[in-house]
Amino acid sequence: MSVAKPLPHDAAALHVTGQARYVDDIPAPAGTLHLAFGLSGVARGRIVSMDLAPVRAAPGVVAVLTAEDLARDADTSPSAHDEPLLAKGEVFFEGQALFLVIATSHHAARHAAAKARVGIDAMPPILTVDEALAADSRFEDGPRIYGKGDAPAALATAPRRLQGRFDLGGQEHFYLEGQAAMVWPQEGGDMMVFSSTQHPTEIQHKVAHALGLPMHAVRVECRRMGGGFGGKESQGNALAIACAVAAQATGRPCKMRYDRDDDMRITGKRHDFRIEYDVGFDDTGRVTAVSFHHYARCGWSMDLSLPVADRAMLHADNAYDLAHVRIESHRLKTNTASATAFRGFGGPQGMVGIERVMDHVAHTLGMDPAEVRRRNYYPSAAAVAKGAEAGTTPYGMAVTDFELHDMTARLLETCDYAARKAAIADWNAANPVIKRGIAFSPVKFGISFTLTHLNQAGALVHVYQDGSIHLNHGGTEMGQGLFQKIAQVAASRFGVPMDMVKITATDTAKVPNTSATAASSGSDLNGMAVKAACDTIRDRMAEHLAERYQTTPDAVRFEGGEVIVGEARMSFADAAKSAWMARVSLSATGFYKTPKLEWDRIRGTGRPFFYFAYGCAVTEVAIDTLTGENRILRADILHDCGASLNPALDLGQIEGAYVQGAGWLTTEELVWDDTGRLRTHAPSTYKIPACSDRPDIFNVTLWDGQNREDTIYRSKAVGEPPFMLGISAWLALSDAVAACGPAYPALNAPATAEEVWRGLQRVRHGL
Amino acid sequence: MEIAFLLNGETVRLAGISATTTLLDWLRGERMLTGTKEGCNEGDCGACTVIVTDAGGARTLNACILFLPQLHGKAVRTVEGIAGPGGELHPVQQAMIDHHGSQCGFCTPGFITSMACAHLNGARDFDDQLAGNLCRCTGYAPIIRAAEAAADAPVPDWMRDTAPGAGAVQGAGWFAPESADHLADLYAAHPDATLVAGATDVGLWVTKQMRDLGKIIFLHRCSDLLRMDETPEGLRIGAGVTMDRVLAVMAGRHPSFAEMVRRYGSAQVRNAATIGGNIANGSPIGDNPPALIALGAKLHLRKGDARREMAIEDFFLSYGKQDRAPGEFVEAVTIPAQPDRLRVYKLSKRFDQDISAVCGAFNVTVADGTVTTARIAFGGMAGVPKRATAVEQALIGQPWSEATVAAALPAFAEDFTPLSDMRASADYRLGAAQAMMRRCFLEDQGVPANVLETAP
Repeated sequence: MSVAKPLPHDAAALHVTGQARYVDDIPAPAGTLHLAFGLSGVARGRIVSMDLAPVRAAPGVVAVLTAEDLARDADTSPSAHDEPLLAKGEVFFEGQALFLVIATSHHAARHAAAKARVGIDAMPPILTVDEALAADSRFEDGPRIYGKGDAPAALATAPRRLQGRFDLGGQEHFYLEGQAAMVWPQEGGDMMVFSSTQHPTEIQHKVAHALGLPMHAVRVECRRMGGGFGGKESQGNALAIACAVAAQATGRPCKMRYDRDDDMRITGKRHDFRIEYDVGFDDTGRVTAVSFHHYARCGWSMDLSLPVADRAMLHADNAYDLAHVRIESHRLKTNTASATAFRGFGGPQGMVGIERVMDHVAHTLGMDPAEVRRRNYYPSAAAVAKGAEAGTTPYGMAVTDFELHDMTARLLETCDYAARKAAIADWNAANPVIKRGIAFSPVKFGISFTLTHLNQAGALVHVYQDGSIHLNHGGTEMGQGLFQKIAQVAASRFGVPMDMVKITATDTAKVPNTSATAASSGSDLNGMAVKAACDTIRDRMAEHLAERYQTTPDAVRFEGGEVIVGEARMSFADAAKSAWMARVSLSATGFYKTPKLEWDRIRGTGRPFFYFAYGCAVTEVAIDTLTGENRILRADILHDCGASLNPALDLGQIEGAYVQGAGWLTTEELVWDDTGRLRTHAPSTYKIPACSDRPDIFNVTLWDGQNREDTIYRSKAVGEPPFMLGISAWLALSDAVAACGPAYPALNAPATAEEVWRGLQRVRHGL
Repeated sequence: MEIAFLLNGETVRLAGISATTTLLDWLRGERMLTGTKEGCNEGDCGACTVIVTDAGGARTLNACILFLPQLHGKAVRTVEGIAGPGGELHPVQQAMIDHHGSQCGFCTPGFITSMACAHLNGARDFDDQLAGNLCRCTGYAPIIRAAEAAADAPVPDWMRDTAPGAGAVQGAGWFAPESADHLADLYAAHPDATLVAGATDVGLWVTKQMRDLGKIIFLHRCSDLLRMDETPEGLRIGAGVTMDRVLAVMAGRHPSFAEMVRRYGSAQVRNAATIGGNIANGSPIGDNPPALIALGAKLHLRKGDARREMAIEDFFLSYGKQDRAPGEFVEAVTIPAQPDRLRVYKLSKRFDQDISAVCGAFNVTVADGTVTTARIAFGGMAGVPKRATAVEQALIGQPWSEATVAAALPAFAEDFTPLSDMRASADYRLGAAQAMMRRCFLEDQGVPANVLETAP
């Protein structure tokens, strides 16, 4: 069976030879036009003049469109219909699209766009949390509040109590392939769209809306993305819509890609948060009550900010069984690019909040932070299975699958945590300049879209008369290996080798009404849908063969590339041909919807998640106490993928997610100036981890378990959960800083060299 | 006139091209070789990495900031030319598949070319070889496993390119002189021309600022600018010497300088960037000038036949303004021979391939426990690379001790009033500069103070 084998990525051979095609690599038809946006250089203001004559006069320009030139309301928002494709009189962030240049080449369009003379009557922008609160600039009427118990009362009576506050920076996706789209106009006004998108159906829906067409007139295809990470869930809409609008206006194919600097200015990033906490605890380290305030900067439009901020609240408990919790979440509207989905979708921010609390409590009590965490864990799945009462999340969901007690014990043992912690203390006593730190952190991450209706998927499978199989489903490939995992499922259902299964591009004409490939849900949802489609065909073939061989369908087996019916054996190809000759349909759709979900996001109660994925990490770092420079020395990870569909791909997700998560909390710093201009809009100034930033020693192990819920082959989702293992790197830096003085380091994130240096001032001088 | 080069073993001849057409645009747009990717269009991500071979050997370069005239007479190999003629995979390609080194695959062609070039050259310092290739998916671990796994495999025959070489060339609006004399004449006649050496900075004027460079004089064919000579005054480094060669020569003389160069740019950038360019562009955050100032280097300028020289710190007049007349160019820099006392400290958000927030260079000599000379210079602390003269004065003649260093620290505020920007705040810059002074002393006493040298 192909499932559970560590097969390479399906396109690995294409990747390494340069043959793998991304949107900008698709040969464009003769006469294709290229687009660029003219962007606002002002964060907030009223457009008083727009002289586009120099743009129109620039070489290669075919047309220039403004909002007034659009026949219809072209909106790019995935949620609140609050993002006009082109600004209508007012601008709300630096980098907002004002006009659209249509030209004969990419460079001609970019050059021309820079020639506009735009007058904007600038207004003071709302940029910071404090400014937004002062102006009551927010989404929704007021803060969302979730909780259980009576946190204020429990805090008031807590044996010990402390408060804190920190800033948690955002994150640029830095998918290596920038946003791109191409649209080919078809006969009768139909549109064929190629888009680098995690959400082809959304592209289809938004393009159809912008053109005033039914969805059936728009077809969207995506074979692969050069990275997504959430940044292509909604941020590709503008390019696809612009191409479609221009294609409709000119009758010619149109193509658009952002230059990297434009991409970083225009598109949304991970939400940055300010988090305030107030925690009550006892002398044993047990947290008795906690209250959080989340302040999320959402940017100028709603985009996906509400579910992102919700998910942050839903992970404010992380792995801890908290009796009294209150979480108040403010979704602030600011004059910055609209923050959007990013791997973890708010979960990481919520989780950093409670991990910070655990760290602060442990520091105050002088206890081992790993021990404090374990004392606050939810009851284990094993105990619950034996009748112990399950812990309940702040949103009222019973935690029945909690794996972290055993995982933590295993990891702390295999990474030699206790001995290394002692050795680090010795090192720190002996070395005046370089200090080391070590930290453990766990992850419990909820799997399912919190918008319950999104938890559905479709698939389309054909078996041809030669036995070859055409596989299609609603998920998209952004590097995570989804297509290979799903092909492994299909090959396993038919008992055939992998080379009989053709993986094909995601296509709204094959599988309709898909959800974004997001929320780590890709293989859970699409795997089950494909399984259903394959089983439908397999059952039809079995029924046919049973009739032919005078037996019952359950006597027909599909394995090793053959079909076995009692004493008879035939190749799968012969079986397919036999079915075809007997006029049996060899094509089927499959459908899946996640069971057991029930969620009220306003009240904050129910079961938003089908299950939880778990992981834990120990990171060791070194810091230079002179300048604050720091690096990761070692990381040990134990992660729960259930029964892995493909352990090689899952390990790749975990390693990559850890480094990306550690990057978020260390070197990746977004800086805006006082006028609202993003100053870190290129890799020259925004620093994602480079090769030497990975841990020198990097041990990743899969927890040998099975999903306790009935998922595809009892596997677990893996895309997002391991991202939050990187929190251990930030906590290890805090531990190293804490070696330099009595006060709590109170690090903000990212813990750049400068922030570590500031932490050192705080612990030494109480500054 | 035509420019000619080999592309994956086949001769290409081009006439009438724009001098600022990048190799990347030409490969993707004209040749339909779309394996080479555009990730950032500024030389920071490596997705466009190609292998370029000339008489000096094979090296990696970023195709996004490489202009076609720079390729004349050379051999180019793209990702499409890494597998064999019959489609047989190169060992690094097979290893990347076997070790799961690609996920989304978009950075992969650049990694493959970097890895294949390292493999060809027998280089095994993979973290350095791949510092200029960003990957957002894998966390790099499987890529390094692949590089290590392929290291011992023989180099495939097809990877050995020979640069065809070619005669002098020029085109409409651009020149490529063969000597400094020729350059001097041309630049005197066309003082408004833009000089282009490695194009690691000027490339961005084209790709990001979309500037028309006007007349261009390419410097890479001026053979005498590429020389390094031992002279009675010291090591004279031609302005056109690329930073990979500077790194190699400094490794034996001033290892701390070499370590700074290792970090200052990726392999692709070091292979293109020149020491003359890094000086001449006058950036306050260029990393060579502080080290050169601390070493007491002399700058050699030339205009026509007239030559002059100056202490390198005198070249930097104010932000954006250097002591260079129209038609005058940097010909060389000379580093006086001296015992190595140099310490260079580069502070940036990321260790590799990042622009400094602060770069400090310390050249403090001590005799009988007393500081006899001190040359200390900083980048990132002022509008120009600048000496810390007040700090120097606070050290000279004093015992080389913790107390002297502590007493000298307040002098930093006399020497510098740094700015806040996206790389660092003003107070951190000042504090870090002081911290570097302390590190210089502590390291001299044998105290470990380098986080990069801390092993797990």
